[in-house]
Amino acid sequence: MKTIYLHEKVGDFAENKDIARDIRVEDIYPTLDRGEEVILDFIDISGATQSFIHALLSDVIRKYGIEVLDGIAFKNCDETVKKIIIIVTEYMQESV
Amino acid sequence: MKIHIPNSAFLGNIDSFLKGFDPEDETILEITANDKWISAHPLVISMIASLGALITDKSRIVSPRVTAKSIHYLERMGLFRIIGVDPGIRIEEHEPAGRFIPLVFVSSQDELSGFIRDMIPLLHLEPQHAEPIRYIIGELVRNVIEHSRSEGAFVCCQYYKKTNRIALGVVDSGVGIRRTIGVSHKVENDLEAIKLALTPGITGMTNRIGGTDFNAGAGLFFIKSIATVNRDFFIIYSGTGMYKLLKRSEGKRTNLHSDPFRDNHSRHDNLPEWKGTAVGIDITLDKTKEFNDILDLIGDVFHKEIREQKRRRYRKPRFI
Repeated sequence: MKTIYLHEKVGDFAENKDIARDIRVEDIYPTLDRGEEVILDFIDISGATQSFIHALLSDVIRKYGIEVLDGIAFKNCDETVKKIIIIVTEYMQESV
Repeated sequence: MKIHIPNSAFLGNIDSFLKGFDPEDETILEITANDKWISAHPLVISMIASLGALITDKSRIVSPRVTAKSIHYLERMGLFRIIGVDPGIRIEEHEPAGRFIPLVFVSSQDELSGFIRDMIPLLHLEPQHAEPIRYIIGELVRNVIEHSRSEGAFVCCQYYKKTNRIALGVVDSGVGIRRTIGVSHKVENDLEAIKLALTPGITGMTNRIGGTDFNAGAGLFFIKSIATVNRDFFIIYSGTGMYKLLKRSEGKRTNLHSDPFRDNHSRHDNLPEWKGTAVGIDITLDKTKEFNDILDLIGDVFHKEIREQKRRRYRKPRFI
């Protein structure tokens, strides 16, 4: 299991897509490839853009299939971040 | 090029300002303004800054007469500083906190992150008001950096106490929406490209449903939806096309549409050509609906639209 603290990488507002892609490629993929669970910890993050969450997750769902969501947990999300994650994961599951 | 700033140019009455823009001869810029006073949306100021930045020989920029009272407003918004022209006046600058964010040029993601971090405290906003504004700026400016193939975005923001409203302009002089959307979708004109750019799930990066790993085609739809739910103006102008989301009257039920032409709007397909993209939006603070509620509505429409797009591609069985 690997916990990724997003605030350390993106600060209070998660909008930098370049960092989202780096987290996906450098942290999420290797952890999933080892068969471990990923915990994305949004503590101290007060907002995120849809673009950020899309860059973080869309290709994970496309690459590993919708079952990958069983191996990813979202921790300490406020209501806004939760809703954006739900929007992105739903439309990606419709798309794959 | 010639551009005239009238007494009043806000999103509701901006059409005549846009129609008066003369894009001929890109080696010179003549800015004129109403002599007595002007009151202009940040979109207007950002557009003029964007034009001014195109002129490398600053002696070819003709600015309003220094006797005009209106020149003080343009100076205060940072227009002359950012286009590199000395207006010949000096004014005492006041701390902008709580009133406006003078023109800023944002050319990289790092600058964008810094700008968002710094501007929100300056506007003295409650958290529920700051949320949609930083969201909108983040998405609009990122679009410019990623897709416009311009040097960056001119951004300007003003708070109007009387109407308790934040007005925002984000402008670039890049390739425009038609060129970016046209990479993956067939478009006949600028207005059609704008329509596609506002449709959820449509991105210029691919015609695949769900987008690429980096683009979903959702950003502008989210922003238009924020304006729709809050009953505010939203305008997007690129090439010869312009789409304006109009204010909805109070009491009417909020419906988000995936097709922007189903919203209460006006549009033009024959305006003077704007090389790049100009976006303006108003956020009326005392009506701002909770961002979470807006996301619920957006999620429903987006989900339905993706399903519909998928269904439209279904093949029918051939019975022979």
